[in-house]
Amino acid sequence: MDSKQNKSLYEPAIHFQHVSFEVGDTKILDSITGSFPTNQITVLVGPSGAGKTTLLKMCNGLLSPTSGDITVQGRAIHEMSPIDLRRKAGMVLQNSPMLAGSVYDNLALPLRLQGKTLSKEKALDILDQVGLEGEYLERDSQNLSGGQQQKVSIARTLMNESKILLMDEITSALDPSSLNEVEDLIRTLHEKHEITVIWITHNLEQAKRMGQYAWIMVDGKLVDAGEISVLDHSDIPSVDRFLKGDFS
Amino acid sequence: MSTTALFLTLIFVLIPLALSKSLGLNLEKDTIIATIRSTVQLVAVGFVLKFVFDSESYTFIFLMVVLMIGAAVQNARKKGEGIKGITWKLIVTFVLLEVLTQSILLGFKIVPATAQYIISLTGMVIGNSMVLAILFLNRFVSEVEAHRSESELILSLGGTPKQAIHKQLIRSIQASMIPTIESQKTIGLVQLPGMMSGQIIAGADPLEAVQFQILVIFLLLTTAALTSVCLGLLSYPTLFNERMQMIQRQQQHSK
Ligand SMILES: Nc1ncnc2c1ncn2[C@@H]1O[C@H](COP(=O)(O)OP(=O)(O)OP(=O)(O)O)[C@@H](O)[C@H]1O
Ligand SMILES: [Mg+2]
Repeated sequence: MDSKQNKSLYEPAIHFQHVSFEVGDTKILDSITGSFPTNQITVLVGPSGAGKTTLLKMCNGLLSPTSGDITVQGRAIHEMSPIDLRRKAGMVLQNSPMLAGSVYDNLALPLRLQGKTLSKEKALDILDQVGLEGEYLERDSQNLSGGQQQKVSIARTLMNESKILLMDEITSALDPSSLNEVEDLIRTLHEKHEITVIWITHNLEQAKRMGQYAWIMVDGKLVDAGEISVLDHSDIPSVDRFLKGDFS
Repeated sequence: MSTTALFLTLIFVLIPLALSKSLGLNLEKDTIIATIRSTVQLVAVGFVLKFVFDSESYTFIFLMVVLMIGAAVQNARKKGEGIKGITWKLIVTFVLLEVLTQSILLGFKIVPATAQYIISLTGMVIGNSMVLAILFLNRFVSEVEAHRSESELILSLGGTPKQAIHKQLIRSIQASMIPTIESQKTIGLVQLPGMMSGQIIAGADPLEAVQFQILVIFLLLTTAALTSVCLGLLSYPTLFNERMQMIQRQQQHSK
């Protein structure tokens, strides 16, 4: 791993220093040290159970490491208020639920939590950004297709205007055309608003399409990180097999 | 009631025993245990009450109240095992309820401050509160589990623990109060409340018995509302840690 060299190239948006996470005797994350560079799309790949979701939830403050330190934009997260951290680093999960109510109710949620209301213009604007027509605003969120729900879910997280977006398998339930739309949306957001994106995906083709920087995790360890080309080949035979699409 | 009459009431035990035996319901043992336990417990309570009533000592009244609250806590706490410190939370709830209702009842001289009134009304308030607490805890624990991902979503968007659990809390409070309210809507039409029947049989004027029953009904509304709200407000913070994270329940290692 050439993390020293990378540090000089990029100011990290999130930095991990010997981060471990244990539940009982099980080590789920094992002394992770590395960074997610600012204003880049970092793709996070690795076999099922590698600890990717666990790591992502830590960046949003839903979990805390059992040892080690995480800094977000240079500040240690245990010194930040959890609410601040969560608004700074917004998260979308593959199965983020829709709350009962209309699409508008879901979009308004992040503001409602702060005692504010969402104007109709702003709601329509955000719907437009994620590629949904205005008529969806009053629809019952439970009756949307999986792809539409995923777009609403992304739009909902965008309401906090987070500078860091944490995305966990957000396209794995989508049909190819919705998948393209969501990829374009994230790319546009990233370019227009200088947003740092961390993107977990099982799809190595997608990782290479979307990512500028990559992390490879296996069994709770960070086995490689660097420019996206690290996904082309690994010197570790088992990791190389994973990169060639052999999941066994 | 004469002693012979009392013994004849055993017929009402023999009927279910005979049915259980002939139909193979397998309930004989439980029926007998229930019969013996209820008889022994009631006779014991009868003697204790007679002693306390005769003594007219506030120390004994106080001890009786403590005993009732202790038994209610013991019964309800099993339902709240997932909630940290549930024992003292139940104690706080029951004591608060008891102090509040008795101060109103005695302070405004709604009932006289005698052992008969204090102990009977305490029994009804704490007994109902215990049932309410069990209903509430059952519902709250399952609501929290069923809607965990929604709570985590709200937290992840920068909501507070209270905002994350608000819906579940409200639904559990409603669900536990509804049976009390519903049963009061039909009271007197189908079923005479046990206490009123007892008074009437003992020779009280039905209108007087009704007056007293109305007092009890109103008292139980307060009991229902206060128990679930108080227990809810005391319980929800223990589901979160100081980093505003939902505390994980015992996880099984699936992989
Ligand atoms: N709270 C927990 N208690 C016990 N085990 C856990 C807990 N959270 C996660 N795990 C385990 O930790 C490991 C990593 O889980 P995680 O969800 O982070 O993996 P992942 O890389 O996101 O996998 P996937 O690609 O399947 O989503 C898994 O083996 C999982 O079963
Ligand atoms: Mg995962």
